[in-house]
Amino acid sequence: MVLTVLVGYLGTTLWSIRVSLSSSRTFPQYDFVGLQQYERLFDNERWLMSLQNLAVYGVLFLLACMVIGFLLAVFIDQKVRGEGVLRTIFLYPYAMSFVATGLVWQWLLNPESGLQQAVRQVGFAEFAFDWIVDQDRVIYTIVIAAVWQGAGLVMALMLAGLRGIDDDIWKAARVDGIPPWRVYLSIVLPMMGPTVATVFILLFTGVVKVFDVVVSMTQGGPGTASDVPAKFIMDHLFGRANIAIASAGSIVLLLTVIALVVPFMVVRSRAGARRNDA
Amino acid sequence: MKTFSLVASTLALALATQANAQSTAAPFKAEVIHWWTSGGESAAVKTLADGYRASGGVWVDNAVALGEQARSVAINRIVGGNPPTAAQFNTSKQFLDLVEQGMLNPIDEVAAREGWEKFLPETVLNVIRVKGHYYAAPVNIHMPAWIWYSKAAFKKAGITAEPKTMDELFVALDKLRAAGLVPLAHGGQSWQDNIVFTAVLINVGGRELYLKILRDRDAKAIQSDAFKNVLTTYKRLQGYVDKGSPGRNWNDATAMLITGKAGVQFMGDWAKGEFSQAGQTAGKDFGCIPGFGANSPYVIQGDVFVFPKTKDPAAIKAQLAIAGVITAPATQVAFNIKKGSIPIRTDVDASKMDVCAQQGLAIMKDKSRHLGNGEIYLSPDQNGALSDILTAYWNRNVPVEKVQKDIASALKQR
Repeated sequence: MVLTVLVGYLGTTLWSIRVSLSSSRTFPQYDFVGLQQYERLFDNERWLMSLQNLAVYGVLFLLACMVIGFLLAVFIDQKVRGEGVLRTIFLYPYAMSFVATGLVWQWLLNPESGLQQAVRQVGFAEFAFDWIVDQDRVIYTIVIAAVWQGAGLVMALMLAGLRGIDDDIWKAARVDGIPPWRVYLSIVLPMMGPTVATVFILLFTGVVKVFDVVVSMTQGGPGTASDVPAKFIMDHLFGRANIAIASAGSIVLLLTVIALVVPFMVVRSRAGARRNDA
Repeated sequence: MKTFSLVASTLALALATQANAQSTAAPFKAEVIHWWTSGGESAAVKTLADGYRASGGVWVDNAVALGEQARSVAINRIVGGNPPTAAQFNTSKQFLDLVEQGMLNPIDEVAAREGWEKFLPETVLNVIRVKGHYYAAPVNIHMPAWIWYSKAAFKKAGITAEPKTMDELFVALDKLRAAGLVPLAHGGQSWQDNIVFTAVLINVGGRELYLKILRDRDAKAIQSDAFKNVLTTYKRLQGYVDKGSPGRNWNDATAMLITGKAGVQFMGDWAKGEFSQAGQTAGKDFGCIPGFGANSPYVIQGDVFVFPKTKDPAAIKAQLAIAGVITAPATQVAFNIKKGSIPIRTDVDASKMDVCAQQGLAIMKDKSRHLGNGEIYLSPDQNGALSDILTAYWNRNVPVEKVQKDIASALKQR
């Protein structure tokens, strides 16, 4: 176990750091060029663009997935009829590969053949929805597709959390005459802390490694407008035979993740410790 | 007499069978990694396999979809110590690192025997010959920057003559637009943007500028007005594409020409495969322009096979046999008819090839018109950086001066 962690995770990370400081191309070389690859990386507009896209995508995707997933869970929690069917429908997108569904999204959003054209044929000649070919908006179409896929999973996890809430709490709230939305927001949600944290971590790792949805929907285009770091890294790792700069890119990503997740963990463990003290 | 010939042929057959059996027993087996997976491509690679089988070998086909994927499989297997007998690469610097690390077997014997030096284009020789040794066997020459046009669309737009200059092409594009057609069928993917750029660079910039930019990476040429003109012409063409262009696949763009919905496409000669599958004939239903003017350069790109290092004498024998078979004139014609490219040698019987290929072969006879594509002169990394800038420029409104500056700094890298 310890060995797996050391070799499989720590070892490969250290190796990537080593390669990112060399002048390697197709094969790893063990010379030393300092931070030259990193300088080149941050001089590269495509890389900067991909980081910016990742930030936009990450924030929107996390927010939308959490909110929509939670609302769906609350909706199903109302003991609606046909719960099983609805749950399956909401969760279904998550079971499908993005390589396949990305293509469908691409067709749907294509202004010449998709949604825009269909609505226009129905009679709304001015209708325009061409974000996928718009440099500045294409990243939002990626968010839409990704939320469509991810929200169902959030719903399933949140629903499990909701079902874990003691019925007595609901009874007590009803006796006190508190409106249900208030119960959800002020009582149930805080009680679901661990579930929310799990969902967050799951989605967050999904954000950092986002790749397949971009490749299948836009291939990073138009131009480089919807590029993401994982695609940049993959391109340089194989197609462009430059594993040094690809390694540098992955290390930057790793550092970003650490910088974001570590404070989160610290806060949580402090909170946990405080609870234990009390 | 009749009985005699019967006996003779039976004997010959028996001998041949025996020879075949022998060569199978002493395995002449070759495992070949390539990325020719589409219909026309599989048909093409079958001609190579048949040629190799006829020489008594056993061809084990290992097709991996997508070039990048196939190359990384080959590289991983070479590094991992379980190399294939032969692996496909592009005629480019893609395999230079492999050569420098001593991971390929030279095939000097075949090159000397066949006299490659005498008939291969200099551009190809410079790629496959490293420090006097031959490390790759070329199979074809593709020209990536052909200009295709739909005769039906031209007719509808009232264009009577084939454009002979870039200006005439713009006039034609305007007429196509006026006729309510899509003037330029283009797939907005970075490699396709790159093809348009290549076509503009050879036709507007010319041979000298092309070499100065891509081969010499001359900063002064990149900053020159001539190159600025190339870039603005390239950008001007972007104004003629339709809204559905971004992300479109190249064959979907070609289909727009086939159906007469669009007029012009810049694409490599593999586009012919799409036309012929739709039952269209070169010169009748569609036209092909290799370039403007009598001396327009012919850009060379293509595929080669490399032979990973091995000490197994049977495998080395198989490697040399493959190198010999695939470059032989008969295999070359059979293969390239199916593939849509042209043979690596001009001493072949071109009568069975279509008019575009014949035009290409005729141009290839003039050495002063040969040029390599970007990948031949630039490292994969530089080429990628250049293509990032070009595709960003195609899609975004960036001042041309900034593009020049970006290209200069991208090509400065080692």
